[in-house]
Amino acid sequence: MPVYLDHAATTPVRPQAIETFLRNSGLIGNPSSVHGAGQKARQALEEARELLAANVGAHRSEIIFTAGGTESNNLAIKGLYLGALAKDSNRKIVITAGTEHHAVIEPVEHLEEHEGAEVVLAKVSAQGELDLDWLGQYLAENGDRVALISLMWANNETGVIWPIEQVVQLAKANGIAVHSDAVAAFGHMPMNFASSGLTAMSISGHKIGAPVGIGAMVLARDAKLAVTSHGGGQERGVRSGTLSTPLITAFATAAALAVAELETETARLSRLADKLIAAILQAAPDAEYSRGSSAGLPGTVHFLFAGCSGDSILFLLDAAGVSVSTGSACRAGVAQASHVLIAMGRTESQARGSIRISLGYSTSEADVDAFIAAFPAAYAAAKKAGLPSN
Amino acid sequence: MKVLAAMSGGVDSAVAAARAVEAGHEVVGVHLALSRNAGTLRTGSRGCCTIEDSMDAQRAANILGIPYYVWDFSERFKTDVVDDFIAEYQAGRTPNPCMRCNERIKFAALLEKALALGFDAVCTGHYASLLTDADGNLELHRSNEVAKDQSYVLGVLTAEQLKHAMFPLGSTASKSEIRAEANARGLAVANKPDSYDICFIPEGDTQDWLTEKVGKAPGQIVDRSGNVLGSHEGTHEFTVGQRKGLSIGRPAADGKPRYVLEIRPKTHEVVVGSHEALAIAELAGSKFTWCGVAPKDTVDWSPVEVQVRAHGEQIAAEFCVRDGEMIIRLIEPLMGVAPGQTAVIYAGTRVLGQTTIDRTVSAVPVD
Repeated sequence: MPVYLDHAATTPVRPQAIETFLRNSGLIGNPSSVHGAGQKARQALEEARELLAANVGAHRSEIIFTAGGTESNNLAIKGLYLGALAKDSNRKIVITAGTEHHAVIEPVEHLEEHEGAEVVLAKVSAQGELDLDWLGQYLAENGDRVALISLMWANNETGVIWPIEQVVQLAKANGIAVHSDAVAAFGHMPMNFASSGLTAMSISGHKIGAPVGIGAMVLARDAKLAVTSHGGGQERGVRSGTLSTPLITAFATAAALAVAELETETARLSRLADKLIAAILQAAPDAEYSRGSSAGLPGTVHFLFAGCSGDSILFLLDAAGVSVSTGSACRAGVAQASHVLIAMGRTESQARGSIRISLGYSTSEADVDAFIAAFPAAYAAAKKAGLPSN
Repeated sequence: MKVLAAMSGGVDSAVAAARAVEAGHEVVGVHLALSRNAGTLRTGSRGCCTIEDSMDAQRAANILGIPYYVWDFSERFKTDVVDDFIAEYQAGRTPNPCMRCNERIKFAALLEKALALGFDAVCTGHYASLLTDADGNLELHRSNEVAKDQSYVLGVLTAEQLKHAMFPLGSTASKSEIRAEANARGLAVANKPDSYDICFIPEGDTQDWLTEKVGKAPGQIVDRSGNVLGSHEGTHEFTVGQRKGLSIGRPAADGKPRYVLEIRPKTHEVVVGSHEALAIAELAGSKFTWCGVAPKDTVDWSPVEVQVRAHGEQIAAEFCVRDGEMIIRLIEPLMGVAPGQTAVIYAGTRVLGQTTIDRTVSAVPVD
């Protein structure tokens, strides 16, 4: 069995989520049907919605089920921008960051190309931290022209956590909607939608032990969101399409488990991550723990190895039966230097030498030990192979 | 052996990898990402570099049951192949980018990385044969499938590179045999069309692509005596031997069509003349290499055959090395050979070596 240390890409489906999925796959009805069978499916689905809402810190009506993080981001970003613009044609600026996932950057670029948006990228430090002072300054000068701020809660590559509550405070003073891609964060750090003050937030099932194919946009009741996907009007008319009872119930099951064990898992994974970090630095003294001392997700360990290609390390570890990543899962099958690291002001050579080791609920001490055993040889050989540009 | 199979997503490299697996080697498939902005779907006769091609390679690797990775060589490819291609055209020369890719990417950057990561050899789907001479030295030969032979674009490999190269398709009798084999092995790429075009040039229109890259640089079209016959928008739009697109209003005195004889990028001049004036008697270049063991005697003129383009014919010549130049004297003149092209010399089917052509000597002296 390979040692799986790529939980940030997707985490194994929890046995309880599989059980819920299978049980509810036996339900016959379309949850929107009026008859008894439909009502039974609807009941299971709405129980799941309430369970998820409780674990997200949202009202049940604020949960809009989607197919996953990408769809949630698209609905939120396009919908909130167009909603704000419809109310005030002066608001055309979208603030986001170069460190966002492509599922945020691409919708924002679409708005720039097709909907007249002006895109402003937030200042980010070399360790991936958001420059809040810059944001405050920018909003003080341009706040009345900003339609939307979309900034992620935790970064999927580096694990850096951003002060979303403070972003919201700055935005609220200027009447700006804030969306956060919380796909990497939800279930891995304490968070509460209601107290965050966010307008919208994206979460995804497969990062917390639900199957792939289910996510949610958490959308505040008072959000001014234009509808960008049309159909039968399910989910507040914002996300049409037949709802998948088995996937939604499995999602809620996984979310409840992840949130319930958050405190103990944070402590456990932090300890394992510390062990990993120490071992990596011992084998590779010039390696850089990329987020430095900034706050981050406990299970995400991201390193930069100078003069070394991340895909060489990945290949050698894979051959040794250890699965890690060079960053986010490569974009559409073509390896590229991480845009996240480039946006952090890192050079292309630095970005090519990145490795992300991400731990999750099923990670054992033995998994970490297996990595520690395989890493030194893999690193030494990869270092010898160097970078293709050398 | 631990073998890295370079898999473009085409049928040849897939079958080559399959044969390496069948020979008992431990094979890993690697697709080279050569473009930063890979297209989604394959178009025209380009054989690689789209995401669809990468997926095709991955599917083939899955069927062969071998691990598969995409390695990014886009930066190296841009500087060593694409930028070189543009610079060569700007210098009035006619480059062969596939040759550069073999020289600097597949059997240099990729091979070096492979060796450092513990591989013994790089396997490709080129049609060429590796044979061993009586002393155990490796020799590169033409493939049995003459129509598909690719020994020319591999002529740039050195003895050291040959040691770590594997060309399982060399003994193949025909391309249709490869397609049949791919089909029998359940490889979905069995019927994928052959590629001909330069992989990094969309739609296969080299002149338009070059103009986009280097811009227009107008100049004059002149004859060998210096008479101005017309104008052009950039010397990069011309290659030696070209007849079309000269847009010279006046016909030649003898009424015969005119051809590009020479490109002078410094003065922005394109020199034209009669078809007869294209005849070249001698080629020479200082950037030459030996493909395997170097010939014993390079001082005296020795008989060889020479090929100057990928699908060109093999013609009789003699060569020697003088003053740091490989000089190739053609027995019969050859029409339209341009500096920048590669001359590969053969002894029968064996590749002896190659040089990038720096200068040519016309068979027809200037009046």
